[in-house]
Amino acid sequence: MGRASFSVGSRVWLFALSGMLCLLWVSQVFPQERKWLPLAADGVHDPRSPALKQLQEPREALSRLAPDPHVGNQVRWVKALELGQINPRTNIFPETKVSVLDQDIIMSNTGSRPKVRFPHKQHSLWLDCAICHEQLFKSKAGGNNISMLSILEGQQCGLCHGAVAFPLTECDRCHSVPHGVPIPDAIIGK
Amino acid sequence: MTRGRIWRIPAIVVCAAALGLGSAPDAGAEYGDVVINKRAEKEGMRPVVFSHWFHRIRFRCKVCHFELGFKMRAGANDVLMADIIEGRFCGMCHNGQIAWSAENCDLCHSGLPGLKSGIYGGHDTLGPGRW
Repeated sequence: MGRASFSVGSRVWLFALSGMLCLLWVSQVFPQERKWLPLAADGVHDPRSPALKQLQEPREALSRLAPDPHVGNQVRWVKALELGQINPRTNIFPETKVSVLDQDIIMSNTGSRPKVRFPHKQHSLWLDCAICHEQLFKSKAGGNNISMLSILEGQQCGLCHGAVAFPLTECDRCHSVPHGVPIPDAIIGK
Repeated sequence: MTRGRIWRIPAIVVCAAALGLGSAPDAGAEYGDVVINKRAEKEGMRPVVFSHWFHRIRFRCKVCHFELGFKMRAGANDVLMADIIEGRFCGMCHNGQIAWSAENCDLCHSGLPGLKSGIYGGHDTLGPGRW
């Protein structure tokens, strides 16, 4: 009895596995259309608020921007900026100095995960230096004790990544440099 | 275990996978939406919903988090209506010139009554979403 049911069981599991692989293939070949909930149904806006007739709907604004179908706002914000799809203001006060730093930092003490490439350019297009330096991060390669634990707790990179920038499920976007590959023109941290 | 029951487990797995792959990541607030309700409801107004997506299309993070002095932690910014009316924080733009003025109460105070302050939206970790 045991042998018979085992063989039926494994056939069933094989069937289930192939079913899942088919679903995965379908989802890759036919990527989902992005969908955004209307404000009235998003669970934070009051459907009875008179504002809902005036406020911009996420679908109207976000469907025009570079897609990132599975995470966050479903928008590649850095790409949307690079493509000129958006051109958000850099400053309100005319005297504010707006600076962008084109420099990569490579963090190599990442255990079995690929090294982290931190691109200053993409960050400083959005953020001012003073937002991260010197309180969150010291301006010294190797001078910051960065850990995934504190990031997952919402500290360090996790202040934005996981709340407004792409979430921490996107490991490969930061851990993008294989060990053993030399990187020219980058500052190497630990 | 009977043959009928063996069939059920993979069937459930396939159904769960189909649901997981078929559903868009849209259950709830938009990523980065902030509800501000430290005082609003106590004072008879709906909570405020601040949408990061709406603002970052128009302004880079550095405008609010550097020039205007908003700390990057939900709940860390103690902003009073008086500040806004006098041109600080939101009031730097919400003055009728750059964005709608503070007289348009309902446009910001549009949240669902009863919501607690904090970051809402999809992928929050234990960190930012919890503060």
